[in-house]
Amino acid sequence: MLCDHCKERDAVINLTQVEHDSKVTLHLCEQCAAEKGVETGVALLKSPLGGFITAMGKSAGSLLPATIDGAPCPNCGGTLRDFRETGRLGCAVCYGAFEVHLRDLLRRLHGSSQHVGERYEVPGADSADPARRLLDLRHQLRVAVDAENFELAAELRDRIRVLE
Amino acid sequence: MIDLSLLPDGGIGWLDASGPKSQVVLSTRIRLARNLAGHAFSQRATDADRLAVLERVREAAAATERLKGAAYFRLDSLDRGDRQLLHERHLVSKELAALDQDTRPRPGAALVTQSPVGVMVNEEDHLRLQGMWSGFALDEAYAQLESVDAELGRLLPFAFHPEFGYLTSCPTNAGTGLRASVLIHLPGLVLTKEIGKVLQGLAQVGLTFRGLYGEGSEVVGNFFQLSNQTTLGKSEGELLDHLGKIVRQVIEYEGQARQMLLQTAPDEVADKTWRAYGLLKHARRLTFEEAMNLLSGVRLGVGLDLIPGLSVYTLNKLLIYTQPAHLAALEGRAGGDPELPTVRATYVRRLLETESP
Repeated sequence: MLCDHCKERDAVINLTQVEHDSKVTLHLCEQCAAEKGVETGVALLKSPLGGFITAMGKSAGSLLPATIDGAPCPNCGGTLRDFRETGRLGCAVCYGAFEVHLRDLLRRLHGSSQHVGERYEVPGADSADPARRLLDLRHQLRVAVDAENFELAAELRDRIRVLE
Repeated sequence: MIDLSLLPDGGIGWLDASGPKSQVVLSTRIRLARNLAGHAFSQRATDADRLAVLERVREAAAATERLKGAAYFRLDSLDRGDRQLLHERHLVSKELAALDQDTRPRPGAALVTQSPVGVMVNEEDHLRLQGMWSGFALDEAYAQLESVDAELGRLLPFAFHPEFGYLTSCPTNAGTGLRASVLIHLPGLVLTKEIGKVLQGLAQVGLTFRGLYGEGSEVVGNFFQLSNQTTLGKSEGELLDHLGKIVRQVIEYEGQARQMLLQTAPDEVADKTWRAYGLLKHARRLTFEEAMNLLSGVRLGVGLDLIPGLSVYTLNKLLIYTQPAHLAALEGRAGGDPELPTVRATYVRRLLETESP
């Protein structure tokens, strides 16, 4: 995506501003963002903070401003305050729930928030791989038994037997 | 008592000093952090969550080619001595083994291992795939670990985000989840007082150093673990290439420092290494730290061909077997036995007698 301001360079930062009760999001390149007085993660790339905070005995969460908080993660109920205190996130969904803050934090820690390593496709439950389907059905069976959903459990057991 | 015969090479095949540059580089370790989608991370997980994760990982491991014959240890049912034994072999972290005062292993804390690759389950992340290899062998290590990762990733749904990569409990590990460490012996740089500059330089190129046991451990015996600091924004290959390049430079600096010592103070260096050997050979009591420092001196002597006839394998063995839990297990003593320094000195003398320069 091109920078909304100069329309020349790639946008690397999303700047959200509230003006007259309406929210405006600007996609800016590093240079235009700097002109607007925004400190970008890219500018911090040269000195990632990961090692520094470890050396200081602090958690990654302590890099977040103490003022931000907001709604808890809809999946695990964890909050940004929990993260600030423990340095650990509650679940994978937290990354989506706190995306804006974490993107900024990841840039400060690693110099980038964009994964460029191996891509990974989550194997689907309808995978053609029978070993994978079997493991998934067994997992579903345990969940069904724990929930005392015996009708579903019986059905799953039959499907497992066929695959086995 | 834990049955280590379940591990064909005791899980410490890397001690054999068969890898490249194994006189200077003891081992290469790589770990990959992975979590299962749909399960709370360690921080918010209940005991039931952890046991469910363990069950899924065990089942999946049994269905893979690389881990189907793996040994399996439940840390939560081992006593402290056994947990420490696994930690001293670098098979589990201090956190998983719960070795800090007043801590107990989490329910479901486990190790699934088929040398040289293993999986710590329910550590900071659901899975920590890891392995150790002899010498300086980043590419070989990653190739082996990656094949286990690929197999497990086909059977288990790893938490992955298109922008942030593999999702981890702590964002410092997100992205590739890869931490590669090279355990390197740098007595030349320490003796020539150049080590400070080298370590400072590491931070500037995005690397970090730790002690013998990784995170939070002290440097003893001039052994440094050099590893990548960031895990996101670079591919696995780039991270490994960068670490490899810097380690090769550090090995070169170490070589130069050793040559300088030989040229400027040959008698002092020879005296230092032979004194270290003499103390190890004849002392009646040795603390672990003293043994490590003396072993460092002897290792330098072997590297400079000053002490002939002593193998790097023997020195590596001494490094592992003189640790407290190993000595206690070998000699049937309790972990905190005040006689351990005596037991250690006896063990060192016995092993050195089998190989005399």
